[in-house]
Amino acid sequence: MEWDWDFVWQILPTLIQGVKITILATLLGSVLAAVVGLAIALLRRSPNRLISRPVGFFAEFIRGTPLLVQLYFIFYVLPDIGILLPPLVAGVIGLGLHYGTYAAEVYRAGIDNVPRGQWEAAKACNLSARQTWTHIILPQAIPPMIPALANYFVAMFKETPLLSAITVLELMNQAKLVANSYYRYVEPMTLVGVFFLIISLFSVILLRWLERRYGRIER
Amino acid sequence: MTDWSGYLYLILQGALVTVELTLMGSVLALIMAFVAGLGRLSRFFAVRALATAYIEFFRGTSIFVQLFWVYFVLPLAGFELTPLQAGVLGLGLNVGAYGAEVVRGAVQSIGKEQYEACVALNLGRWQGMRHVILPQALLLMLPTFGNNAIELLKATSVVSLISLADMTFQANIVRSQTGNTMLPFATILILYFAMASAISWGVRTLERRMARGLDGVRT
Repeated sequence: MEWDWDFVWQILPTLIQGVKITILATLLGSVLAAVVGLAIALLRRSPNRLISRPVGFFAEFIRGTPLLVQLYFIFYVLPDIGILLPPLVAGVIGLGLHYGTYAAEVYRAGIDNVPRGQWEAAKACNLSARQTWTHIILPQAIPPMIPALANYFVAMFKETPLLSAITVLELMNQAKLVANSYYRYVEPMTLVGVFFLIISLFSVILLRWLERRYGRIER
Repeated sequence: MTDWSGYLYLILQGALVTVELTLMGSVLALIMAFVAGLGRLSRFFAVRALATAYIEFFRGTSIFVQLFWVYFVLPLAGFELTPLQAGVLGLGLNVGAYGAEVVRGAVQSIGKEQYEACVALNLGRWQGMRHVILPQALLLMLPTFGNNAIELLKATSVVSLISLADMTFQANIVRSQTGNTMLPFATILILYFAMASAISWGVRTLERRMARGLDGVRT
């Protein structure tokens, strides 16, 4: 096996196309996960057991099963009941749901970390439940959890190659297509690895900055 | 409705491969976690650098890319691997890198006085680690190891993409043969969830057993 730089330059533009889709999927998935996570975290706190229990079980179920199978489920099963999704949309929904359940745990910890006195003060000031959440609890709970959330979004980024299994043309899929048509695996696969390593290293730097900026509440 | 029991048998065969992969992968991951985790705490710079490089590399690129790389690129370098070997190697090395950070964190979280006590008792570095530090650190690692094992179980679904006949692979075969999407995927989702629940139950039991008699000691 020898490394062929000409081949690398030849396939690079195709791979960059894939990187764009990978990043797009990660960004959309992160937004969805942040929203889904908050919804799950809030619903799990509901005093009504008919809401909190099923939502809790649903979240546990999603976290206990592989993302790949969930993607298959969304992509292949939902069309049977009439919901036809384009691959990228199906992928983003899968990523968002899966990581939403992880984000929910981060939100839960963040909300639990807000001192009891804040709840009592909100009650003493006669704030409604909605006002308490939007003006007192969430503004204090969210900044400390940003590094942990970002951590999961980096993890999500590393799972995006799974989208190639449901025919999304992201980085991994482009690399596989290139590899199959030229019958050379070394360069495409290695380049995919290098791309991921570079972006991951950058995101580690970003994470460190986020941690300094927003800081964790130390034990 | 076609003969479902035959297809169910096919899926259960896949489940066996999944269990096999999870077990062997976990063993390799556990070994790598301790080697790399303790390596990162080594006195020698070279060992530390090597362990850090291993951890950052495997945490920085995605499991999917690593598996593809092991399966497609290593053979070109002369390492012929069966899909099962490639799967175990990829999964074990990947999860081992995450486990290494757990080992490091747990060992570092043991109080300074324990190390000083080791010195006072004239224990060697290895003796102190073996008899004083690790027994305490192990209990701290256990819950996270459980989570890592579940991550590994979920990651095994990815090996279906390197043509290893695990549960996800078999479900896809059933899907393409019967055209029925709902049943195979729902079946394997439930099976995965059952396995994940079994792992978390096992880890909880183990944790209770190991924590027995430590109630007064640990605060």
